[in-house]
Amino acid sequence: MTTKMFGEPVQRVEDQRFLRGQGHYADDLLVGQQVLQAAVLRSPHAHARIVDIDVSEVLDVEGVHLVWTYDDLTGPMAPTMGEPLPLLIPHPQLTHGRTQYALAKDEVNYVGEAIAFVVADDRYLAEDAVGRIRVTYDFLPPVVGIPAARAAEHLVHDDVPGNVAARLEQANGDARAAIAAAPHTLSLDLEVERSASTPLEGRGTVARWDPDTARLTVWTSTQTSTGVRAAVAAKLGMDLGQVEVVTPDVGGGFGVKINHPWPEELLVPLAARTLRRPVKFIEDRREHFVSAAHERGQVHHVEVGYDDDGRVLGLDVQFWHDNGAYTPYGIVLPIITSTQLLGPYKPGAYRVVFESLYTNTVMCTPYRGAGRPQGCFVMERTMDAIAAALGKDRLEVRSANFIQPDEFPYDHGLIFQDGRQLEYDSGDYPASLAKLRELIGWDEFPAFREEMAREGRRVGIGLACYVEGTGVGPYEGAHVHIETSGKVKIATGLTTQGQGHATAFAQIAADALGVPFESVEVVTGDTRRMPYAVGTFASRAAVMSGSAIHLAALRAREKVLRIAAEALEAAEDDLEIVDGVISVKGTPGGTASIDLGTVAVLSNPLRYAFDEASKAATQFTVGDPGKPPVAEDDEPGLEGKDFYSPDRSTFANGMHAVIVETDPDTAEITILKYAVVHDCGRLINPMIVEGQILGGIAQGVGGALYERMAYDESGQLVNASFMDFLMPYVTEIPAHIDIDHLETPSPLNPLGIKGAGEAGVIPSAAVFASAISDAEGFAITAMPISPSELFGLRRTHASAEPVETKERS
Amino acid sequence: MKPAPFAYLRPQGLQHALEALAADPGAKVLAGGQSLVPLLSMRLAAPSTLVDINALPGLDRVWADDDGVHVGALARHADVLASPDVRRVQPLVSQALSQVAHATIRNRGTTVGSIVHADAAAEMPMVITLLGGSVTVASTAGERTIPAEELYAGPLESTLRHDEVAVHATFPALAPGEGVGFAEVARRHGDYALVGVGAVVRIDGDDVVSARAGYLSVSDVPTVVDLTETWGDHDAAAHRALSALDPADDIHATAAYRAHLVRVLTARVLAAAYDDARTRASAGRDRDDG
Amino acid sequence: MGEELHDIRLSVNGLVREVRVPARRLLSDALRHDLGLTGTHVGCEHGVCGACTVLVDGRPVRSCLMFAVSAVDCSITTVEGLTEPDGSPEGRLSAVQQAFAECHGLQCGFCTPGFLTTITAGLRDNPAPTEDEAREMIAGNLCRCTGYVNIVKSVLRASQIAEERS
Repeated sequence: MTTKMFGEPVQRVEDQRFLRGQGHYADDLLVGQQVLQAAVLRSPHAHARIVDIDVSEVLDVEGVHLVWTYDDLTGPMAPTMGEPLPLLIPHPQLTHGRTQYALAKDEVNYVGEAIAFVVADDRYLAEDAVGRIRVTYDFLPPVVGIPAARAAEHLVHDDVPGNVAARLEQANGDARAAIAAAPHTLSLDLEVERSASTPLEGRGTVARWDPDTARLTVWTSTQTSTGVRAAVAAKLGMDLGQVEVVTPDVGGGFGVKINHPWPEELLVPLAARTLRRPVKFIEDRREHFVSAAHERGQVHHVEVGYDDDGRVLGLDVQFWHDNGAYTPYGIVLPIITSTQLLGPYKPGAYRVVFESLYTNTVMCTPYRGAGRPQGCFVMERTMDAIAAALGKDRLEVRSANFIQPDEFPYDHGLIFQDGRQLEYDSGDYPASLAKLRELIGWDEFPAFREEMAREGRRVGIGLACYVEGTGVGPYEGAHVHIETSGKVKIATGLTTQGQGHATAFAQIAADALGVPFESVEVVTGDTRRMPYAVGTFASRAAVMSGSAIHLAALRAREKVLRIAAEALEAAEDDLEIVDGVISVKGTPGGTASIDLGTVAVLSNPLRYAFDEASKAATQFTVGDPGKPPVAEDDEPGLEGKDFYSPDRSTFANGMHAVIVETDPDTAEITILKYAVVHDCGRLINPMIVEGQILGGIAQGVGGALYERMAYDESGQLVNASFMDFLMPYVTEIPAHIDIDHLETPSPLNPLGIKGAGEAGVIPSAAVFASAISDAEGFAITAMPISPSELFGLRRTHASAEPVETKERS
Repeated sequence: MKPAPFAYLRPQGLQHALEALAADPGAKVLAGGQSLVPLLSMRLAAPSTLVDINALPGLDRVWADDDGVHVGALARHADVLASPDVRRVQPLVSQALSQVAHATIRNRGTTVGSIVHADAAAEMPMVITLLGGSVTVASTAGERTIPAEELYAGPLESTLRHDEVAVHATFPALAPGEGVGFAEVARRHGDYALVGVGAVVRIDGDDVVSARAGYLSVSDVPTVVDLTETWGDHDAAAHRALSALDPADDIHATAAYRAHLVRVLTARVLAAAYDDARTRASAGRDRDDG
Repeated sequence: MGEELHDIRLSVNGLVREVRVPARRLLSDALRHDLGLTGTHVGCEHGVCGACTVLVDGRPVRSCLMFAVSAVDCSITTVEGLTEPDGSPEGRLSAVQQAFAECHGLQCGFCTPGFLTTITAGLRDNPAPTEDEAREMIAGNLCRCTGYVNIVKSVLRASQIAEERS
């Protein structure tokens, strides 16, 4: 019996090369092949008109091969390079979408915007050359921060009134009337600051032009190789068939690498084609801070009406989303916030309205969680505020608002980020909460608090619940090829950034085909192997490609059984595949058996034998002379291909709780205990899922307590380094995190799985705000929070009893 | 983030190094490089010549004698931190060093380099100032010893002339009756401190004879305050300290929070130094008795 | 006028390699681009992330904070030099590497070489660390994927594996 792989904590196959230092990340490619290196001149100003660019001092520098500014991109070599970059996700309400040019045309709108592109023998010389370019600017007033954008005294884009890119309102019921009629009401003002994905590897693109075949190969550190391929072909005026995009090993993505095409993803291939030399761009850390993308910055105003049990009767949320200088990724982020804010709860009526605002800062595109952490923060702060106002336990208020297990599928009456109905597929929130209560020791906490108070120590406990739409469409596909060696080669088009796809997908395929795990090899993100794909985002890889691989493997299996049945003169239904050998059920390894490799040989009628085994498929050996060697409805080879395209997303959920200590003197915040209950349906590889959760929590700790993008009023990002952008080290992360799983299968896909990639980070701001509020006795309304800020809040609250939540009844 | 070009010399003898420095006013010394190289890579500094002193013989020594702890220019923080002699003769050096960046940086960074880099947010300039140590520097004109109180001219500015190389630093030994304390609050473990305080307290029996504290990150140059007269009065001590300091706002902390940390840490560190002095005194008595 | 080049010999993973580099060539770049040892990764180039950590005379050092010309008298070990000879061309994983595979101590793998070199030296100095000591050992390296919990486990497991193997 083949061991079932699905559900097993299998060690990762990709680790062997990583551990030996033999991964191939973008900057590892073409080493030793005289690849030229690019550097980019970036705007040092947040808002300015470009009056003049003088590159004369660069042209004759030894080792410099090419210098481009906007004017160089308007020629016949690439007819559409002079147009703005694509607006990837249009939306009817995005009435004023704007995207940047590959190189700034006549205006720069954030510090870091690309102005000139240099290619030289190496990066050192390229940076020297960039330093010699002289730009004359005409300064414009910068718009920095949501208040300035709303005030609109100055405009980011002349032709966008009020700095408003989009305004979108959704409602289910009459929230305002429900609030007016409610026995209690509250209003809250809440804020979340900017942060960013910050993978350890920044962006990177390498391109090689083959003049003999007029084909371009692009390797890029992306979350969507097919997206980049389409964009490169379109922008460079090439046929799709002339461009291949291969995703090498990627040193982390966390969302930022889903945006595309970056200016460099077009300029590098164009330079390679122009110079007929391989060209490489490797973004450095400082560039990553100012020329990739950020997320999270939002300001919310909440009105809520509720009854004596804390049940939400009406919820009215208004918020303002900082989209930065451009909107290439549309308004996906605020749409996710506005819908996923609801979490596991069912308010009587809900209205949400947001404005997506331009500022003269780096644009905002998804960062792990993608709008959900803000929504979760807002909803959970509201739940805590209701509990505080009623003097009720925070768990009780949440329980009163949960969607119950028998209410699934649950339709919120809203439209989700994929244009589909926001309808939850499954979940058991009361069971999750019961587990969390146990895991964190909620009921024992009051005694612990008293014990700590006796020692002069101050502690607090908090929790937060979330629901996460995962596995959004439109589709993913998979191709399964069984070679004559019996090895199984699988290709799926989405890309991998460390999630262990090569392992988890091989587990799925091994089970579906009945082959040893070791004989399966998975390739991701290579358009030569699977040209149809969408990308890796929204915790969709396992759901989408996992399902597609399962389906494609079943197709291959069908064909295996058909050919084997003929060869063994048995009925297909009587056959089974165990460890790569097909035999009549119940007689494994018996004489009536055939191995997969032989089936693969038989699947492809040959004229020419290439080895001993393949002789079995040649024309004097096999086949009915009265029939065509390949039947009309068949094709040669042992392959399976299928696509998975679900009606809508599947909804994972989870609940986090934390106990923190706040130092009464220094206001330092220490994590004493962290617990997670997580439900992403059936687990393919629990080791990998836990790894995803642990990593997400660390990013969440960073986002809640350490990381922020500190812009000054002139639009300079003043902490654009790892010295000052405080990503947590091990010393900032709790030593132990308790994780428990609930496995509520999704009814939407054949494997019952839901996504897990983003889960860990979603409730962080909410859970820490809850715990710190509990420790301090006043409500935390803005995240992240530093000791310095906590100290400031203590002073404010000590001097005047306040004000975060206004009980109006 | 790649450095601009520079000429490079790797002299095998001190005299050569000094001549090279004297020959080029734009030359800079490269020792551990843990502060210098990032500045070069960010192109915030672009010396015309780097004089790499890592091959100079004899400069990597760490030794202790009755005068105190002596640290050669090429002694890495890790070497100084690992030295039991240093810990015994002047424990404040070891305590503060354990807070300098991370172990990997300490493996390459030099203590003397940190002292002459003159960063008022770094531990070692404060420690040598608090202890009243000195730095011996050499140039083609000869050697001179700069007392710590004359070492710092301003933010990131020492009083070394450009043609001088610091060859070693001396931290005076802990005197009988003295105890030390050190504490800092940083955003992350290993980061520059938001505020750091070191203290030396001297007792005679139960009486405090002297109490001095040195401060990190709350002034332009390492600053030491004599708190002997305010002993026992936290508010007075904090007031006196703050009158000598200039806490500022930055992205990590407000000036008010830094001032508050000065109060909290001053009290904590003075108490720790006092306890340390008491412990040492009683251990000394035990030894004498034994 | 071209930049002056220096002919230097670097001792890396037990082999002496000759390269010609300008003085400003960072050791990290020399290892990666001149010697083709791309296992050493560059994450920040200002000495904070630790991805580029190599062993210099046995001690973990940031290779982005050293110039190649300054490394001439040193013996350097990179991640490629950590495997142990076992007769196979690729060698077997060291105890530290093996522990990372067992404990899921890596995800994207980009920071991993810096952790592996750091822990290799750390366990040589302290072969049986406590959990707190294991955390201290890796306190200067950033990882964005794992949340560190499994890296700490890997340190402790590596200690066991080394013990089992000896």
